[in-house]
Amino acid sequence: MKRLISATALLMATSAIAQAEGQLNLYNWGNYTSPELLEKFKAETGITVTVTDYDSNDTALAKVEAGGHGFDLVVPSANYVPIWVEKGLIVELDASKLPNKANIAPEWADVSWDPGRTHTVPWQWGSTGVAVDTTIYTGDINTSAVFLEVPAELKGKINVVPEMNDIVAMATMYAGGEPCSEDPEVLKKARDLLVAAKPDWISMDYGATERLSNGDWAASVNWNGSSMRVRVANPKVAYGYPKEGYPLFMDSVALLADAQNVEEAYKFLDFIMVPENAAMISAFARYANGISGSEAFMPEDMKTAPEVVIPEEHKAAGVFLPTCTGKAQEYITAIWTELQK
Amino acid sequence: MAERRFEIGRIPGFATVAVATFVMLYLPIATLVAFSFNEGNSIAVWEGLSLHWYREAWDNQAVKDATARSLIIAVCAAVISTTVATMAALGTTRRAKFRGETFIYVAINQPLMVPEIVTAVALMIFFGMIKVATGYQGLGYLILAHSAFCIPFAYLPIRARLEGMDLSLEAAASDLYATPWKTFRHVTLPLLGPGILAGAMLAFVISLDDVIITEFVKSGGQDTLPTYMLGQLRRTMTPEVNAISTALLALTVMLLTAFFLLTRKRD
Amino acid sequence: MASRAEERMQRQSARNGWLLSLPALGLLLIAALGPLLIIFVYSVLTPGQYGNVVWEFSWDGWVSILFTRDIFDGTLGLADAHLTIFWRSVSLSLMTTLATFALGFPTAWFIATRPPRQRGLWLFLITIPFWTNLLIRTFAINEVIRQEGVLNTFLLWTGVIERPLSIIYTDTAVLIGMAYVYLPLMVLPLFAAIDRFDMRLLEAGYDLYASRWQVLRRVILPIVKPGIVAGSILVFVPSLGAYVTPRVLGGGKNMMIGNFIELQFLAGRNWPLGAALSVTLLLIVTAALLIYVRAANRGSNPHG
Repeated sequence: MKRLISATALLMATSAIAQAEGQLNLYNWGNYTSPELLEKFKAETGITVTVTDYDSNDTALAKVEAGGHGFDLVVPSANYVPIWVEKGLIVELDASKLPNKANIAPEWADVSWDPGRTHTVPWQWGSTGVAVDTTIYTGDINTSAVFLEVPAELKGKINVVPEMNDIVAMATMYAGGEPCSEDPEVLKKARDLLVAAKPDWISMDYGATERLSNGDWAASVNWNGSSMRVRVANPKVAYGYPKEGYPLFMDSVALLADAQNVEEAYKFLDFIMVPENAAMISAFARYANGISGSEAFMPEDMKTAPEVVIPEEHKAAGVFLPTCTGKAQEYITAIWTELQK
Repeated sequence: MAERRFEIGRIPGFATVAVATFVMLYLPIATLVAFSFNEGNSIAVWEGLSLHWYREAWDNQAVKDATARSLIIAVCAAVISTTVATMAALGTTRRAKFRGETFIYVAINQPLMVPEIVTAVALMIFFGMIKVATGYQGLGYLILAHSAFCIPFAYLPIRARLEGMDLSLEAAASDLYATPWKTFRHVTLPLLGPGILAGAMLAFVISLDDVIITEFVKSGGQDTLPTYMLGQLRRTMTPEVNAISTALLALTVMLLTAFFLLTRKRD
Repeated sequence: MASRAEERMQRQSARNGWLLSLPALGLLLIAALGPLLIIFVYSVLTPGQYGNVVWEFSWDGWVSILFTRDIFDGTLGLADAHLTIFWRSVSLSLMTTLATFALGFPTAWFIATRPPRQRGLWLFLITIPFWTNLLIRTFAINEVIRQEGVLNTFLLWTGVIERPLSIIYTDTAVLIGMAYVYLPLMVLPLFAAIDRFDMRLLEAGYDLYASRWQVLRRVILPIVKPGIVAGSILVFVPSLGAYVTPRVLGGGKNMMIGNFIELQFLAGRNWPLGAALSVTLLLIVTAALLIYVRAANRGSNPHG
């Protein structure tokens, strides 16, 4: 009992002194931050990083907007960055405190969602495609038809991740439109495609790493990092890049407007742009990072993985989802409701 | 007496259903324990026996902190909610009906009626304002929130117990000039025991399980085991979580055995 | 003498009743009831472009519960998707309540008829599985009932079945999972009620040549009714908002109310609709609860 009380006191105390010297509060996606990276950071700077998890961009946004959260850094996805900026929740970074900014790979140094990289620093990026057991389905896997017009071999064996924005965007692109489209004709087509295909799906669930590996599912709409893990466990499963268009994502670190530990935050931001450190981030979560020179420090199996290094012929079809307007979002939600009712 | 009670209370088929229920309850738990010893990093594909994930969990400071935090919140929430729920149950049961009794009943059960996400968003906004105003961001908010939504879970079993309790013993005690406190302490409370125990256990378990409200109320560095696992949901679940769960189970069983042996000796 | 005591109690009843309930009410006011007022207010505001609300009055949240403007041709129609989701949640929750009662009542009875010193142990055995987190427990159930899971392997091995049962990703799977998850919420209140049941009443019943069924129906059920009421409420209402279990075991192809409301508050960015849906659910459940409690109390005085 005494132990419990002292443990309580300790925990209460740690949350109370989070603003003290040598502390940093990182608000990040769950299971996305390499513990070794944080240890190395502490060894170099003496700063202890406390990581708190979230599981969706919307949760993170709503929580930070509500205030009193105690976080210093957050890692929003590309299409959410403009929202954070517009709401004044994240601030422009002082480039003079980030000497390693030059390490950002040219393709990520000036991006549509953050022109000139004024507000964010790259964390990891990847894609949403289709992972297919190629012994069950031998046809072309580089197409969204795999889940939108399910081939006979995959009927009742394919899963679709319940990610509203990604899935509706893929269907919209397959129907010939752009993501976040407001064109009723295209959207109607996308909706009909999804509704017609749904009876052929086994489920709309996460956990593809598990269930593709153990053969419960023969295919799934899936993220590239997860698909790489699956291939290692079950070499029959290959990752396809739909040629009609597939979503790319990049999660970037941003400094919160009400951060308490600003100096520490800058040290961390600069720290993760060192190629060796960026490679540690990738090695843990299995996604690419966006820092030049980090390739040399990447784990062997990731250097050549077709899931991580997008093959040249598939590069063009990758699309960063834009930030949808309220109107477009209304369409997307309506389609999703129709699909899951 | 006990033997007799058992004989009389026997209803054919009930024991079979009960045993089947216990088997059903423990089958998934057995699977989960088995996979905690898995060599590979899957919770579904068996790759051989190993303690690998126990070491992993033990070395993972985030997991240890989250587990401790979960337990502390659950203990506090169970104690607080059971205490106030017992008082409320005593206040609203076995008395002449009074104005507002139905209101109290509905108010107490209100946390049950709202989907978690709603309470979560409401608390996020409300506590957010308080956090900004006071600057305090400690565990207090989580304990407060958990205590509140655990109240009905503690209240209902206690009330169910109270509702049919015999008034005559208490009346007799007070006729013997026992003070109300003494009557409560020596007559009512012991009779109420099983209800309180049931209520407290429910509250504890409900608090331990909560994801959504915690996710929205927590401040920096306040992940509990469920929110830690929620963060993993979209990625990969490893047997690490099985190992933590199994360790928690083992701990419970040990405490329970000790408790059981001790009370047995006293008898 | 008893009447004097009762008279005294009656006089103090209201005052003490409120006083004793005060701490619980206070806690609820701060951390549950009070903040909920925010939701009422939000239901009549305008959704913000990127989530949250804009402080402009609007009934749109409420209107769109029942009617949707067809996004493609602009006509106003009945929101059948919303009704389908509501109905699925209600019927699944009812079935869950029945299933937990069917399993829970014999189990609670079994525990209550153990020798007194063993009872605590059996009770703990009911709650121990719930020391493991809901998510991991649901995944464990998934392991048991999936195509090549423990259950099918065992049944095939014993020769009971010749081909694996397809349970996973069906409504049956969701029902099994929900019954599993909510079982203790039924067993514990039932136990609390049965435990104070005087077994001599059974003896009396049998002495009067009542059959076991008659005894169960006429003697046992009326007396443990408060436990049944408590248990059903504890199971029915939370299962209405359930969301992890249907998603993992049902394959997440169909939404329940809980998922639908969450969608509005998060990715859907329509907080007023989410708020209006929540208030509607709150009203439905409150009404059902009042009717249920009134019906359960009718004619049953616990002291008989």
